[in-house]
Amino acid sequence: MTGFPILSVMLAIPALAAVACLFVSAQGARWIALIATLIDFVLGIGLWASFDIGGPQWQFVENAGSLGVFSWKLGLDGFALLLVMLSVFLMPICIGASWVAIEKRVQEYMAAFLITEVLMIGTFAAQDLFLFYIFFEAGLIPMYLIIGIWGGANRIYASYKFFLYTLLGSLLMLVAMLWMVNFAGTSDIPTLLNTDFPVQVQTWLWLAFFASFAVKMPMWPFHTWLPDAHVQAPTAGSVILAGVLLKLGGYGFLRFSLPMFPEASAQLTWLILALSAVAVIYTSLVALVQSDMKKLIAYSSVAHMAIVTIGLFAFNRQGIEGAMIVMLSHGLVSAALFLCVGVIYDRLHTREISRYGGLAINMPRYALLFLFFTMASIGLPGTSGFVGEFLSLAGTYRVSTTATLLCTTGIILGAAYMLYLYRRVVFGEIVHDDVRAMKDISLREMALLAPIAAVALWMGVYPESFLAPMRSDVATLEARIARATPKGDSLPTPGKAPATPAAHAEARP
Amino acid sequence: MILFIVFLPLLAAIVAGFANKSFGAILPKVVTTGALFASCALSWPIFIHYLGGGEATVTPVLDWIHSGDLAVDWSLRVDALTAVMLVVVTSVSALVHLYSWGYMEEDPDQPRFFAYLSLFTFAMLMLVTADNLVQMFFGWEGVGLASYLLIGFWFRKPSANAAAIKAFVVNRVGDLGFMLGIFGTYLVFNTVSIPEILRLAPGMAGSTIGFFGGRFDTMTVLCLLLFVGAMGKSAQLGLHTWLPDAMEGPTPVSALIHAATMVTAGVFMVCRLSPMFETSPFALTVVMTVGAATCLFAATVGLVQTDIKRVIAYSTCSQLGYMFFAAGCGAYGAAMFHLFTHAFFKALLFLGAGSVIHSMHHEQDMRYYGGLRKSIPITFWGMMMGTLAITGVGIPAVFGNPLAIGFAGFHSKDAIIEAAWASGQHGASIVGIIVALLTSFYSWRLMFLTFWGKPRWEQSEHIQHAIHDAHGHGHDAVHAGHDDHGTTAAHAHHGEAAEEGQGSEPHAHDHGHVVQAHPVFTTHGDGTGGYHPHESPFPILLPLIILSIGAIAAGFVFHGYFIEPSAGEEYWHGAIAFREHLMHAMHEVPLGVKLSASIAMLTGLLGAYIFYIRSPHAPRKLAETYAPVYDFLLNKWYFDELYNLLFVKPAFAIGRFFWHRGDEQTIDRLGPNGSAWVVSQGSRVAGKLQTGYVYTYAFVMLLGLTGAVTWAITR
Repeated sequence: MTGFPILSVMLAIPALAAVACLFVSAQGARWIALIATLIDFVLGIGLWASFDIGGPQWQFVENAGSLGVFSWKLGLDGFALLLVMLSVFLMPICIGASWVAIEKRVQEYMAAFLITEVLMIGTFAAQDLFLFYIFFEAGLIPMYLIIGIWGGANRIYASYKFFLYTLLGSLLMLVAMLWMVNFAGTSDIPTLLNTDFPVQVQTWLWLAFFASFAVKMPMWPFHTWLPDAHVQAPTAGSVILAGVLLKLGGYGFLRFSLPMFPEASAQLTWLILALSAVAVIYTSLVALVQSDMKKLIAYSSVAHMAIVTIGLFAFNRQGIEGAMIVMLSHGLVSAALFLCVGVIYDRLHTREISRYGGLAINMPRYALLFLFFTMASIGLPGTSGFVGEFLSLAGTYRVSTTATLLCTTGIILGAAYMLYLYRRVVFGEIVHDDVRAMKDISLREMALLAPIAAVALWMGVYPESFLAPMRSDVATLEARIARATPKGDSLPTPGKAPATPAAHAEARP
Repeated sequence: MILFIVFLPLLAAIVAGFANKSFGAILPKVVTTGALFASCALSWPIFIHYLGGGEATVTPVLDWIHSGDLAVDWSLRVDALTAVMLVVVTSVSALVHLYSWGYMEEDPDQPRFFAYLSLFTFAMLMLVTADNLVQMFFGWEGVGLASYLLIGFWFRKPSANAAAIKAFVVNRVGDLGFMLGIFGTYLVFNTVSIPEILRLAPGMAGSTIGFFGGRFDTMTVLCLLLFVGAMGKSAQLGLHTWLPDAMEGPTPVSALIHAATMVTAGVFMVCRLSPMFETSPFALTVVMTVGAATCLFAATVGLVQTDIKRVIAYSTCSQLGYMFFAAGCGAYGAAMFHLFTHAFFKALLFLGAGSVIHSMHHEQDMRYYGGLRKSIPITFWGMMMGTLAITGVGIPAVFGNPLAIGFAGFHSKDAIIEAAWASGQHGASIVGIIVALLTSFYSWRLMFLTFWGKPRWEQSEHIQHAIHDAHGHGHDAVHAGHDDHGTTAAHAHHGEAAEEGQGSEPHAHDHGHVVQAHPVFTTHGDGTGGYHPHESPFPILLPLIILSIGAIAAGFVFHGYFIEPSAGEEYWHGAIAFREHLMHAMHEVPLGVKLSASIAMLTGLLGAYIFYIRSPHAPRKLAETYAPVYDFLLNKWYFDELYNLLFVKPAFAIGRFFWHRGDEQTIDRLGPNGSAWVVSQGSRVAGKLQTGYVYTYAFVMLLGLTGAVTWAITR
């Protein structure tokens, strides 16, 4: 890469736009936010296009020197690149989704979103431990304000819960970080990634990081903030929460826990597998009985995130790549599902499932898109959901058949709650007159949903585009954790008869 | 060429789906039907080519998932086994498309219907051309999606929606096994490519593997996991409950998806992976046992159902059982042969039933039919051919007769029974013979109730509506009624009237309210209520005629290729595990076994004749005498009730328990609410600043963050 500080520019544009938003009219703020996020998206495409697959691990590195103990050092590897892409892709969609739904304090709202974007890109790009911490934790603040100011009736409780959960975890992480910097003598992440911490200390460090990431993920039983936060958040808030903020936990496990504490990770794999298996079954069953659409999708998110954690702690390529694809896929699909809820919420101002029904009659285009995202959510092959789930579970199978069996029940339960939701909202007769009066999706709403559908389909049919950038990073990670990889419980013995030579002659036309 | 066969239907589905109603119904109908006939025309030459023996070809399409040594590609494999499925799928699908022109004539949502049908065909073709297990799973789930959409096609109807969800979710239970099977296969063989797996499988015989806490024989675990998938898709005992409910879909769908093609995917899978199953005798025994049990179970239930489509649905379930137990006995060729012939005669029976239903204004209850053979003769003869085929009418090669000849089912079913006997599975063979008797009975019962006797439809609500509309309000109500089928109430009513309909006796006591509602139309006295059914239009009849040819000749023409020892070996060419010696031994079974199927068929026919023509009151008497048995069968062995009690209700109850007791009363109370309470006590001071909660917390948070960072810097 040339010396052009593209990452800093991507951070600066939304930051400047956020300031600008505060000094213009409501309509002006909307346009500024949209243009700024679109510029970032274009820059993101530039990143992706110029990312050298198979090149150095860290690319677009820029180091602006030290600020006290920590330094302004940015850079991306394949994992971070993909998550930055997800963020910049979803951001303009969020702005579009808030175009008419937000009427009060538009300037501040747009500014909060732009700051969120800065902090998210910063989190993924940070190469200094403290810089990461600041971005990671500060990401809460705008989200907290978005829920607290523009949220629903019970927004104070929700934002409070969100705040308490996430802050408590992160304080432990800070302590651990301080110890690590002290031990290694640097806060440079690439250096720390190759530092071998003493095995007995690793467990404590791992647990401290776990406290933060498990809440962010969220893993069972630290998940109860999520349904409330989603329910109270405005549509775009839910989109960004499900789309990107939930990925911070997974990214944390991938970036820190696994490569920095491989022995501790192996030691505590049982904990991750157990919590994930419980999460899949528990939250799926809870999702089944929800009467609020957003709560249902929020609970389903917890189940999907459990597939991410088991994949990561499978200690093999399929698991890790699968976990990444689940994160990207869930980022797209659950975001789209929240947008779908938003579309009908904007018309009827209720999230009660029973207030709808029969939407296929007067909103056929909406029914089709909603169906697509429902199917992507339950992992139908050909959509992004399948590729991720399949790889992640295939990887996990090498570690634990039991955990895999339990987590794979998610495909049954997932189908049950999503189809039950779809049936109650979209199928059946129209019972309520106000539902009959609802119009099919507008051009603006189509423009928000169609791109997500296209990418989800792309990722499902040709995931190579998304697997290629992270391939060498997975190899690096695999090499790093190889020494701790657990043995698994399958251990097939060799067969008794010798394998027969090729019986089927193949002819390729 | 194979690319065109597979992707034309997809293209057509996309065009039809997106055009929807913009250009009227004609464009989507022409595009989809045209695409299917083109696919069909291209498929037959491939099949004929393979009849002469041919190597497998693989056409790569696109990379799919590459992760380490896991390489999954989109590619299309064609060999003898695929060729069979290609002609079955494209032929039946093309005919069903054509048939739907007539059957769905009045439906306002035709473009959607045709788009779904074509989408289904595409997914099915992807399934049968799969070169690796993951692509097979893609097709597997794709047909599941299409099935879900088509069962729920009349989405305003609650029963259709419920059936659609049930079909999808029950299939997913099977898919759980399939997915675990793929994971296990990949773990053991480091590949998901089918030819590779089949090549390596014999080498793993005798190995053991850990699974779910125990250690088992490797190949048995893998085969059984995959077989669970097959059980779901092919509605085998335990996972069969979705199939009868799937009859909520339009009848062409039942014929295509739930009789001829999709439900046979499980059989196809077992045959495709037959060299793998050959390595595990235990797995084969399970396949055989499940097949035989399903075969028997479904046939007994089919004996007493009164809905014409449900009888055929249970019959399908039963015939699938035949295919599985043939596979379990190692007679994969016979299993595929029955799959092939069954596709024709079962599609014929379903489409024939659809034609009856169409002429009877969507009345599906056979108790309200009777004497239809004169008013709808072409349908009658079509159904007759189907019945002769399914019951296995033919002349066996005994007493010096050198050449067995008969209808399609005769060749394939006899082959299964003989192969079972020859492989030493005498028990399964006897089950097969008993089921042949039951098959004959329920099939002829259907024919007699529908086409013989006197008309009994004056009490039918559907017919009453039809007459009423014709005389009164024009056709508005017919159209509305078509869309939601108007059958919800009627079905509930029929369900309650749990008794056998027979003879010409009107059931006035059952339908008193109907009579009161329309007293005018009950005075004709000939049981017709003044309604005279008409033969269906040409698009419905043509597929019946073509399929009749298949039902008559498919067995005789092709049996050599599928099951004869030397010709079979030549034809299959390694596509399935063909046990040549078993096929030889088939011809050496005792005379009694060879004759048994025909004797069973005749006995069943005689029984049905006595019960439904000679003494039409006998069934009711029998039902009353053995009421518990009758109820047990009528309620399908109470599987639905049992599953409801065991799975559905507990799932909701546990969900509620976790939600309220777990999340709200345990986690939240001990976690955030508890600490929130503590914090809120302490933060009253902050509250006095009048800045509002939100800003306070944001501010506190910023302060904390700044403090932490400062500490980090200045430490």
